[in-house]
Amino acid sequence: MTIENAADIRILGVGKTFGQGENAVRAIGDATLDMQRGDFISLLGPSGCGKTTLLRIIAGLERPSEGEIIVRNRSVWENGKRSAAATRPISMMFQEARLFPWFTVAENVALPLRLRGVSKAEREERAHVLCETVGLKGFENVRPSALSGGMRQRASLARALITEPQVLLLDEPFGALDAMTRDTLNMELMSVCAKANVTTILVTHSITEAAFLSDRVVVLAARPARITEVVEMPFERPRTLDLQRNAEFQDMLLRLRASLTGDH
Amino acid sequence: MGTDRLIRVALPVATVALFLIAWTVYVRTAEVSAFILPTPFQIVLAFIELVSDAAVWRHAMVTVIEAVSGFLIAVFLGITLGMAMARVQMLEWAFKPFIVCLQLIPKIALAPLFILWFGFGLESKIVIAAALSFFPVFSNALVAFRSVEPGDRDVFVMLQANPVQRFTMLDLPTALPVVLAGMEVAVVMSMIGAIVGEFIGGNEGLGYLAVAMLQELQVPGLFAVIVLLTLIGLTLYTLIAQLRGWLTPWHASVAGKSREA
Repeated sequence: MTIENAADIRILGVGKTFGQGENAVRAIGDATLDMQRGDFISLLGPSGCGKTTLLRIIAGLERPSEGEIIVRNRSVWENGKRSAAATRPISMMFQEARLFPWFTVAENVALPLRLRGVSKAEREERAHVLCETVGLKGFENVRPSALSGGMRQRASLARALITEPQVLLLDEPFGALDAMTRDTLNMELMSVCAKANVTTILVTHSITEAAFLSDRVVVLAARPARITEVVEMPFERPRTLDLQRNAEFQDMLLRLRASLTGDH
Repeated sequence: MGTDRLIRVALPVATVALFLIAWTVYVRTAEVSAFILPTPFQIVLAFIELVSDAAVWRHAMVTVIEAVSGFLIAVFLGITLGMAMARVQMLEWAFKPFIVCLQLIPKIALAPLFILWFGFGLESKIVIAAALSFFPVFSNALVAFRSVEPGDRDVFVMLQANPVQRFTMLDLPTALPVVLAGMEVAVVMSMIGAIVGEFIGGNEGLGYLAVAMLQELQVPGLFAVIVLLTLIGLTLYTLIAQLRGWLTPWHASVAGKSREA
């Protein structure tokens, strides 16, 4: 992993208030965080604590009320407008797979390239390769409705990776899947992220998932979301599922749990 | 091919056969005059006679041209206005109550007025057909173009799609199944509009022919015209349904059909 001095992603005093006047709801307090290139961090917090809102602000899908997001030295929000240049290296995966039923699996995976004007032959080839990488070989030409939930998220992951992103934002992408599928996909996600050296932010409410995948876990308190603690995960990479049985890892889970609940 | 499928074909055929037999038996035993109700067999003979007449096909063409022209105008206006109002909230606030009020007018009652304004030729019938078939397309288009999910929009925002790409690859395919369902209703309405227009004025079209048959008391002929109109309506409806299968093969309404077949 290359370590650079300049932070890859900077979250500078970001706050978000929904509504105005008496009805105003403060969703995010004052979040500040620096991430290095290749970092894998998790935003861990209780449901409805505003972690998804923070991720959407980083993605440029939601406008911050104050503060700034810098991705690779470019501000995501310039004069209140989403900057295309700053957000171009960002890919995002959502809670739902968000595949389009009018496209086949391969066409869904290749969609980002199509929107960027890449030739049909090239995007078909790259989609084919990625489908194989995520374990969808043989399903390229079926429609998404024929896939299981896990396979849909695999296709969604392939779509997020096909642009070779430098930043990957994950909004609980495997939250709706069964535990076994979730473990498998998390393992694959980890190896893909390590290989491509992407900077990753994962939103999750699973302590185990956060601890297992991340270099650092950012613990958030609810309403408004505030960063209460940033905890280093000192476990060596590459990690295997065996790590989850490790005593040190178990201690870490307890420590994170205490951090999550301790603030109340 | 299981017995289930055989039964599924045989049952509706049996129902129709039973209906036709009952009809024939009733006409024969009750000695109903052929001026009131001919037997199905007499209607078949009249139908064969009708379709062997070249002049009848000219009438049929007129009706089809009126209905299809009116339908196409309604589709164009309905989709354009529905889409615009789905996009621009102000437009909906400004125009939707007005359009709904117009819809509440029994439009058939406007037919004589349209004849007065647009004459006895094709134009007035096209206008009536368009007026009748506009609303199903419009209201479906309004709902359809509004039903794009915010989460799907987010995907296109993240992928930095331009407005044209967003329209052709997201808005349009999302809206199409619902718009086409509206078009299926509209095409039937356009036939009704054309026929009503022909009843009221003019000397062309199958609606006119039906009135002429009635005046000559050619009741089997009148029935034959109705059969021909039904077949034309069925053809137009089937075309739109086919179009739906062809344009939106992914949609549940279409996928379900192919699973059954």
